[in-house]
Amino acid sequence: MKLAVWTYEGPPHVGAMRVATGMRDLHMVLHAPQGDTYADLLFTMIERRDHRPPVSYTTFQARDLGADTAGLFMQSARDAHARFQPQALLVAASCTAELIQDDPGGLAETMGLPVPVIPLELPSYQRKENFGCDEAFLQLCRALARPMARTERVTCNILGPTALGFRHRDDLAEITGLLSEMGIEVNVAAPMGASPADIARMGQAHFNVLLYPETAESAARWLEREHDQPFTKTIPIGAIATRAFIEEVRALSGSTLPVDESRLRLPWWAASVDSTYLTGKRVFLFGDGTHVMAAAKVARDEMGFEVAGMGCYNREQARPLRAMAREFGLTALITDDYLEVERAIEEVAPEMILGTQMERHIGKRLGIPCAVISAPVHVQDFPARYSPQMGFEGANVLFDTWVHPLVMGLEEHLLAMFREDFEFHDEAGPSHHGHKAQIRELDAPAAQAAADEGGSMPPPSAPPSADNVIWLTCAERELKKIPFFVRGKARRNTEKFASEKGLHEISVDTLYEAKAHYAR
Amino acid sequence: MSTGCRETPVLKERGQREVFCGLTGIIWLHRKMQDAFFLVVGSRTCAHLLQSAAGVMIFAEPRFGTAILEEKDLAGMADANEELDREVARLLARRPDIKQLFLVGSCPSEVIKLDLSRAAERLSGIHGPNVRVLNYSGSGIETTFTQGEDACLASMVPALPATDAKELLLVGALPDVVEDQALDLLAQIGISPVRCLPAKRAAFDPAIGPNTHFALTQPFLGDTHAALIRRGAQHIAAPFPFGAEGTTLWLKAVAATFGIAPEKVDQVVAAPRARAEKAIAAAASTLQGKRIFFMPDSQLEIPFARFLTRECGMEAIEIGTPYLHADLHGPELDLIAAGPVISEGQDVDLQLDRVRAARPDLTVCGLGLANPLEAEGLSTKWAIELVFTPVHFYEQAGDLAALFARPLRRRAALTRQHPNMMEAAE
Repeated sequence: MKLAVWTYEGPPHVGAMRVATGMRDLHMVLHAPQGDTYADLLFTMIERRDHRPPVSYTTFQARDLGADTAGLFMQSARDAHARFQPQALLVAASCTAELIQDDPGGLAETMGLPVPVIPLELPSYQRKENFGCDEAFLQLCRALARPMARTERVTCNILGPTALGFRHRDDLAEITGLLSEMGIEVNVAAPMGASPADIARMGQAHFNVLLYPETAESAARWLEREHDQPFTKTIPIGAIATRAFIEEVRALSGSTLPVDESRLRLPWWAASVDSTYLTGKRVFLFGDGTHVMAAAKVARDEMGFEVAGMGCYNREQARPLRAMAREFGLTALITDDYLEVERAIEEVAPEMILGTQMERHIGKRLGIPCAVISAPVHVQDFPARYSPQMGFEGANVLFDTWVHPLVMGLEEHLLAMFREDFEFHDEAGPSHHGHKAQIRELDAPAAQAAADEGGSMPPPSAPPSADNVIWLTCAERELKKIPFFVRGKARRNTEKFASEKGLHEISVDTLYEAKAHYAR
Repeated sequence: MSTGCRETPVLKERGQREVFCGLTGIIWLHRKMQDAFFLVVGSRTCAHLLQSAAGVMIFAEPRFGTAILEEKDLAGMADANEELDREVARLLARRPDIKQLFLVGSCPSEVIKLDLSRAAERLSGIHGPNVRVLNYSGSGIETTFTQGEDACLASMVPALPATDAKELLLVGALPDVVEDQALDLLAQIGISPVRCLPAKRAAFDPAIGPNTHFALTQPFLGDTHAALIRRGAQHIAAPFPFGAEGTTLWLKAVAATFGIAPEKVDQVVAAPRARAEKAIAAAASTLQGKRIFFMPDSQLEIPFARFLTRECGMEAIEIGTPYLHADLHGPELDLIAAGPVISEGQDVDLQLDRVRAARPDLTVCGLGLANPLEAEGLSTKWAIELVFTPVHFYEQAGDLAALFARPLRRRAALTRQHPNMMEAAE
């Protein structure tokens, strides 16, 4: 038993729903009690879908438990088939139905429905949402994909986009366009937009493009093994990775057509002098493994940030992420405990977070700007405009969205020059954000702003201080003149410096000696 | 006895239900009871429901959480109890401000028969008297949406202290502003002291006895009603305080119990009632003559249909409710003119067929159905907003009508842009 306040991933049957909802002419029968229908609103509200997810819930109640829940399941499956006439039927159990062990797959098999019935084993008490996506898609491929002759021209399948994915809609469009420029047609993109009949003809493609290992890696590996289709390993997020992806696709396809880079702006936007202020900004990355690993490289190599911490919530990606973190000189944080992530961010005191909607809340509480790079996401992360993360346009989008939360160029300098201005101060927030600036009470302790947000943990009774190091009043006052977003780091560096030097008091001089000591 | 709907045969359906389970009530209860923590003993699905239904993470750390059952908990019961004790100890150590802890049962905990009442007793022994530990079930196999609040309040009743005092008890979690208005009106009428269940803090819990007269402010509190009667308290039957008419009838029923004449009530409420009627009239101009269809959701459907048909000029086609409690809803049904279908339970596909056939001007439904129906050209009102907005008593009567009028006004404003005029979004 583990206490969870907020979760990064839903249960595995929600993952299976993401696959089913992205597809056409497929229906899913979920053995589940009343209330599990909440999952519909994820799609209709957060993603603003205009159709109900293609899912029928058996809706068993307490009084059914002693009676015939299996009969209820079979009735639901028959009704769903009659009403929706799908090309194939997925059947699965939610967490509660798993406990009553009706075996929906076995029951459905005995019913003689005239369409393929694909049972899913979704161990709710061990696995999570991404597993559900990956497993549902794998089982669909295993059940439906037939050996077929390759298309005459070189084609590929795109694997991974699902309903409720972070920017999947636009990534799919961007990568489809890129491949088309290279003269490669998309045979089937799945699950999003595909029907069971489309899955059946996936074997026609010459190779596969795997966009999201979280949702489709098992299917990609199975297709490689059974249909002899190699798949791409590069995730085309950022300009450098997109170029590497193009090379990988060329090697798989033999394409030699040139790719137009004229609309790629990230490299020049990052090189232009206005971006100097981005140099060495300390960022903390957290999200799914794939997006974090891709974003870490972009942050370091294309934006000039310093990656100060990184981690992911999906254990499936722990190994490669740990390896990359080591390469960055860091220890990866692998956890799905939101409070642990919050503590780690507090400890690192980064200048920006690249995270999920959870980290957006952490950032709000700690006063650290945050841009979203990964699921889980909320309604504002499904923009009306075209906004991919992948390909060259995706790189442009990354630049804009990562810079937007920051205090910009000269504004940052002005904050440093006139730190105590009552209306133009670091807690007022970047001036290009429309919100009302908070006018600071002249004597209010600056750090109060963070505490007032109402933190997860009771505020510490005294400021953190290592080994009885005491801050003299003047030094404490000086510390408060340091912009809020680096103050935590300055405090800890100074305390560390003082204790290393065996000092018991921190004066203004100590503060600046520490600053010089840690200068980059 | 009247021309109302009380004798109308009820269409009972069972099939797929597009409703929340009772856990959802935690989202408002944990804000109402400021020293309470709600610990759901359940699965990842329960945790995911709570954060999805809550509009996702509006509070830095909410006073609720889920103890997620894992494979090893399902293997042996003793193990699960030890694990629960450990998680509770850890939680209470971290949150010393918590004075009441609710262990909330879920579908999985009910199915594996984890005995949370014994756990609550055991944990009360360990953490009491500083922390009171209670339990109720918000599971989907037993409760629908607002029944979670009912189960929670009912679980509190046996533990409330006893009294012989003649007191009025208001039952139902009201927004603070609404509760204050109600107490003020009752004081002006001459009724005091008035107690509230739930109270804001455990220390203000009401006492109960044979001279307690209780009035429900919400129509979904059937189990709490029964629990209070078991304690000897007396129920004041009345329509619910929605709209100018409902509020007046409710106040008069309460006043009569305390021997206060209806004229006194009329005199006190004249000004707020007039304000309410004026505010309702503004929204009613949009609602007049429009046809409304209620899908079952919160059990508020019957009182709202009464308000909309009698005070806003709407015509009800079907009034669906997840559960129809004859004693509590009877006074409301008496007031609704015969005509609409009254349905209980749900088979969502069949009900959607009826919606499509009737093409109502407004369909009240859950969040999973609203956008799909809008895309078919049918205006909708999300039912959950009706539970999350102050809508009781005179000062909110206009707001209640406006909640139903807004989708129609919006549709008129966006006529040419409406999704049913365009290709489907995919």
